[in-house]
Amino acid sequence: MHELAICQALITQVEDIAVQRTAWVRQVRVGVGPLSGIEAQLLESAYPLACAGTRAEGSQLKIEHTDVRVRCRGCGAETMAAPNRLVCGACGDWHTDLLAGDELLLLRVELETRQCEVEASRV
Amino acid sequence: MCEDCGCTVTPTRANDARTVEVLGRLMDANNRAAGHNREHFDRHHVVAFNLMSSPGAGKTSLLEVTIEALKSDFRIAVIEGDLETDNDARRIRAHGVPAVQINTGSACHLDARMIHEALHDLPLSQIDIVFIENVGNLVCPASFELGQHRNIVLLSVTEGDDKPAKYPVIFRTADLVLLTKMDLIPVIEDFDPMRAQKAVRDLANTAPVIELSARKAINLQPWDAWLRGEIARIRRGQAPTQELHEAHHGHHPAAVA
Repeated sequence: MHELAICQALITQVEDIAVQRTAWVRQVRVGVGPLSGIEAQLLESAYPLACAGTRAEGSQLKIEHTDVRVRCRGCGAETMAAPNRLVCGACGDWHTDLLAGDELLLLRVELETRQCEVEASRV
Repeated sequence: MCEDCGCTVTPTRANDARTVEVLGRLMDANNRAAGHNREHFDRHHVVAFNLMSSPGAGKTSLLEVTIEALKSDFRIAVIEGDLETDNDARRIRAHGVPAVQINTGSACHLDARMIHEALHDLPLSQIDIVFIENVGNLVCPASFELGQHRNIVLLSVTEGDDKPAKYPVIFRTADLVLLTKMDLIPVIEDFDPMRAQKAVRDLANTAPVIELSARKAINLQPWDAWLRGEIARIRRGQAPTQELHEAHHGHHPAAVA
């Protein structure tokens, strides 16, 4: 269950963005690949815990799932692959390079400005 | 100026939304700390290996025989990660090398910050090799860079030869896969080392796969040779050795640079 640790890292990044802009977080969008080592459901259940007491409290987490794609070193084809079978979809060779599928990205943060918050007066 | 409270922020409608495009990697903070650890290692000419496996795959036993084999040539230290107890660190210290125990509590992995703290307890200028024995777990440690130069993943024959297919993330990170407890192969009939190796290749991983038994001292020579070879490569700033062709059972093909 390392998703909580990763969620806390996510919230730290998100909160930095919110503080810089004197805003609060409404929605966070992340991209998760099947080879990132992150279980999306666990990330979702850890999210409200990591958000508690931050500018992201009460915000929504949206997860975009990405596909696994490989490029064959032999024939050069770019094909989709299963996370545990990263072989070339065209020629079957296992000498491939991963093009996508191991991402763990913060993509977008939707912020809202609240009127005359106490913290804003410090800026 | 805000008419209600006098703050300097121009008032806006409540819930005025805007979107910020970020595209940051979630692991950036850990990766920065790992980079810092790597600088520590490199500055002191220390080579760092990260050992990962399920609990009970034989990491500590392997380290014990490895320390005995290497300690006349290299100054070794070990960082031990476990949820509780310093049993493993005590086993290591019994071989006359320093060991730092990290108790992670409920955390299922080591992260770069924990390693950084442990490094301050080690006399790095008097050490050649640091072995990091990660928490026994085939899931979480895969996501956390520690600053190591090489990843070694152990798979014991009692676990089943389909583990690389079940845990692709961690086996994809391996620079070396060790099939351990090979002395038990006669009684574990359904473990096929070739199937295990094929499952690693299906992850497009070119890492060498070595079959051995630490307890029965079976086939330890290729492991010793890999370690010494990689220490030399790391010191020269070279990438890990790859095996670009399928190995055949019982045969160890020449490594390709």
